[in-house]
Amino acid sequence: MNFKLASSPHQHANRDLGQVMKLVILCLVPGILMQTWFFGWGTIIQVILAVITATVTEAAILELRKRDFERALKDYSAIVTAILLAISIPPFAPWWVIVIGTFFAIAIVKQLYGGLGFNIFNPAMAAYVMLLVSFPVQMTQWLPPVNLAQYTHDFWDALSVIFTSYSVEGFSIAQLKTDIDGVTMATPLDTVKTSLIQGFTYSEGLEHKIFDSVVTGVGVASSWVSLAYLAGGLFLIKQKVINWHIPVSMLAGLFVCALFMSLVDSDVYPSSIFHLLNGSIIIGAFFIATDPVSASTTNKGRLIFGAAIGVWVYIIRTWGGYPDAIAFAVVIMNMAVPLIDYYTRPRTYGHQAPNALKSKGKQP
Amino acid sequence: MQTSYEQIVHKIDSDELWDFPGGIYPPERKEISNLQPIATLPIPEKLYVTVKQHKGVEGNLIVEVGQQVLKGQALSKSANPFAVPIHAPTSGKISAIRKHVSPHPSGIPELSIEIETDGQDTWTELSPTLDYQNQPKIDLLTKICDAGISGMGGAGFPSHIKLSTSKKVEFLIINGVECEPYITSDDRLMREHAWQIRQGIDVLTHMVQPQQVFIAIEKNKPEAIEALQIACRENPLYQVVEIPTKYPSGGEKQLIQILTNREVPAQGLPIDVGVISHNVGTCFAVADAIFSGKPLIQRVTTVTGEAVSKPANYWTLIGTPIKHILNECGYQASSQKQARAIIGGPMMGFTVTDELVPIIKTSNCVLVPADSEMAELNEQACIRCGACADVCPAGLLPQQLFWHAKAKELDKAQEYNLFDCIECGACAYVCPSEIPLVHYYRVAKADIRNELDEKQQADKARERFEKRAARLKAEQAARDEKHRLAAEARKQAMESKGNNAKDKIAAALARAKAKKQGLAAADSNLDTKSEINSQKTPPIESNDEPTQKHEIVDAATEKPSASSNQRVQAAIARAKAKKAAVATKSNQTPEITTEQEKSSSGSLNIENQDENIVESKPIVHEATKVSDVPRTVVQQDTKKPEQESVSPSHEENSDNQISQNIAEQKQAKVAAAVAKAKAKREAQKKAKASEIQITKPLAKEKSLANEKTLAQVEQLAEDPNNQQESSSKQNIEHSAIEDPLVTKKRRIAVAVAKAKAKRQAEKTVENSAPKENKEDKS
Ligand code: SF4
Ligand code: SF4
Repeated sequence: MNFKLASSPHQHANRDLGQVMKLVILCLVPGILMQTWFFGWGTIIQVILAVITATVTEAAILELRKRDFERALKDYSAIVTAILLAISIPPFAPWWVIVIGTFFAIAIVKQLYGGLGFNIFNPAMAAYVMLLVSFPVQMTQWLPPVNLAQYTHDFWDALSVIFTSYSVEGFSIAQLKTDIDGVTMATPLDTVKTSLIQGFTYSEGLEHKIFDSVVTGVGVASSWVSLAYLAGGLFLIKQKVINWHIPVSMLAGLFVCALFMSLVDSDVYPSSIFHLLNGSIIIGAFFIATDPVSASTTNKGRLIFGAAIGVWVYIIRTWGGYPDAIAFAVVIMNMAVPLIDYYTRPRTYGHQAPNALKSKGKQP
Repeated sequence: MQTSYEQIVHKIDSDELWDFPGGIYPPERKEISNLQPIATLPIPEKLYVTVKQHKGVEGNLIVEVGQQVLKGQALSKSANPFAVPIHAPTSGKISAIRKHVSPHPSGIPELSIEIETDGQDTWTELSPTLDYQNQPKIDLLTKICDAGISGMGGAGFPSHIKLSTSKKVEFLIINGVECEPYITSDDRLMREHAWQIRQGIDVLTHMVQPQQVFIAIEKNKPEAIEALQIACRENPLYQVVEIPTKYPSGGEKQLIQILTNREVPAQGLPIDVGVISHNVGTCFAVADAIFSGKPLIQRVTTVTGEAVSKPANYWTLIGTPIKHILNECGYQASSQKQARAIIGGPMMGFTVTDELVPIIKTSNCVLVPADSEMAELNEQACIRCGACADVCPAGLLPQQLFWHAKAKELDKAQEYNLFDCIECGACAYVCPSEIPLVHYYRVAKADIRNELDEKQQADKARERFEKRAARLKAEQAARDEKHRLAAEARKQAMESKGNNAKDKIAAALARAKAKKQGLAAADSNLDTKSEINSQKTPPIESNDEPTQKHEIVDAATEKPSASSNQRVQAAIARAKAKKAAVATKSNQTPEITTEQEKSSSGSLNIENQDENIVESKPIVHEATKVSDVPRTVVQQDTKKPEQESVSPSHEENSDNQISQNIAEQKQAKVAAAVAKAKAKREAQKKAKASEIQITKPLAKEKSLANEKTLAQVEQLAEDPNNQQESSSKQNIEHSAIEDPLVTKKRRIAVAVAKAKAKRQAEKTVENSAPKENKEDKS
């Protein structure tokens, strides 16, 4: 008999890329469901649109690059990107927004850089930034949570709005945005920002209906959505799909900034809890910033990377022109990853200096 | 800062340990094989004992094909400290010594001894050491080395090398961690032979005198821990330490880190941080070697995996082909679509392609997994997830190493400390892209080593060239210096000789004569002469050339003579004697009888041989030279000076006469030399080997010949009187390069002829040879 040659190790962890990505998708499900529950079917439709676009784009480009696309598709990474983008944009944004965004994410940000593993930027977030800059109106049309909305909308309404800009009954997106009191709704972050700009204090801003409680300043719906995503994220950590370093340091970075500033002037600067539970900070911390490809790869580096994103989020939220800032913060820090990685190399066993210290400027 | 001894002991005493970064928790699957006691496999029909089974050099074989060997008999031996011998694992006949597939990842065939076993299993005689405490350490080391013990856990480093350290050993770590999944050979060994392992530890402890002995066992082996705790409880020095189950905590460096928080420096050894570590299997073998005198000829090997029906641990003889093992253990080929056999564990083991691969001293496991057990990997692109870096126990960045290794950027890979990778496989184990990372590292390492080798070879060549150039230069300088000195001496001699007109005339005469007779003198004379002599003077091989030389030199130096002439003569004699010695050596003609030695003319004779190597031309020179310095120190044959010198046409006759004379008077050294020369010629011609021994290696001969050539050249250059010399120089040089035997023969012939001519000249010139000299000497 003749035996086959193979290289050690012969045993392998029972988790390949596809399984990792599937787990990520699985952990996103509670959040998506919660989002759908509070904000209508739009989210699901966006996700489906994004997944289709991503799959087609990826397959087409791999075909063009003469790669085995079946195999690449099995790693589900394109689908994860698509879902992340889909849940980040307004659920009732027109269909072409998500299609363009997903195409951009897959074709430009990912494949043009060489495919999975070679992209510098987080594809979903880079696409989000592109969309926000290109289509600011469509990208900021958030509907109020279903329980606060004046006009209810079902699945067909959502489909109709996304593809025709009008619901089945003929309401425009602007009409759908009004709440039960006939006031145009915005996101909690927007609300506070607007009221602050209008000269109100932070606590006055919280008196808006969108907030569950004046004390915590947590948005009614967004808090539940955030918690659902948090549950999924914690599960990922438990499954060792992601390390705790980035989520924890990112939340901590934001928390500390917010805490410090609110201590300076609690009238102007929202509390830490407000910052942590509003907007997409939880998704960002557990699902977006942890994207393996574009994040730092050492634990020390991950801590720095996460914390810096937290700080950036705070800065942009507070002083920047955009209400939420995850995408910008992540993209900015993606650029810093090579630098972070370079300066956080671990020390090799038996060596005094970290890896490759002798070679200045030789970054991976 | 290095953790101090006290800190370490304190921490361990309080049941705490350090940790190493990274690590993984693969399914252990040890229960497959660790439930049954160690069984013994039947002796296979044929064993393939690989000659080199350890890290180091292989020994010299001391057995031959066809030889019967007994169990435990040494098969190789070497004086090299890094050589560990191998032994016959059972009794039988050596059927072949040839290359055979080796249990090495590369599968490269290596020299192996094939033994056809006879089934008797007869032991060779063993010599146990019972009172090891009273034996000097060196004896114990020798014993351990002679028993063929090399590390049985990992790389197979010779155990006695580790033990021979003279540095202070703070901790002796006995490694029973066995962290790799599936393998249970150490586990079973500890459970069943804890006592003998302890004996081995006793010996090691006695040898290296550690301050503390840690016996490290992973937590998942409670039975082994208990067994060793019982076995070791009497000795307060010994401490059984439970190591948390994590791969690769059994790696030597990682274990040291867990136990002492110290790191073996890169390119260093554990002893650099005061630690020596040995595998439990090695302890067992040491006990065997010391207390029973048994060499390492078998080991416990785990046979496991779902493709064998009888997975268990077995005592296997070194050299057992895995085919035999698989047959005995119920290998089910059907459970493997693609047959796969792994030597070692699933993390660090390597696959073998040939079923005749033998077990060696480090083979702790044969793993034959079913297809479902170890899936095929499907390599994808690295997603830079960093999972690999998270688990790397060596603190490397496997991902970066991989990039550079794959891109063949070997220097960058080295900057990322590629060579600190212990190939534990943790990174590849977790890699979600299923990249065979370790494979890339191995290839890169091999590439780098090859590059280094090539570079080294180039360096060596350059070095050799430079050395040669330097040597040639030095030689040239030495030669120049000699020439200068010789010229000075000659000048002096000339001056001191001054106006001895008579001498000069005589010299001229002699020269003329010699010139005339030149070539004729050479071969014909010799032939006659040597024939005569050969019958009368049986050659005696003598090894005391140095003594002889000394005698001569002494004789020459010791003579205090009033006249400056004499002093010059003495100097010349000395020089000649020296040359003579060289000549003697190079000609392999030291067969001068004791009697003959009394007379120093022998040396003169020999010297002459030396001077006239190539042809008779130099004879002229010789004659000239001698006549230039008329009073040669050694002048024996004064009987017929006139005849010889005046009638050069009688050269041949006189030669014959001389040789006859010499033959008659056996004390004459000339005779001896001639006889010698002749004898040699005879030997060469007639192949009468019984009379002669030409024993010296050619190389030496050649080098001496060179030396001689130098001497000649020098001498020739010295003599401005003779124009012909310069042309003969080339000849001489040629002669030196020629086949030594031919050269020698010719040289002897020429020398003899020359000697004669010279003597004649001398006789003619110096009638008044100082008799005292000769007497002094004799
Ligand atoms: S194989 Fe080398 S690089 Fe990979 S984890 Fe082990 S030591 Fe680190
Ligand atoms: S684990 Fe594999 S995929 Fe992840 S960074 Fe390391 S090599 Fe790349």
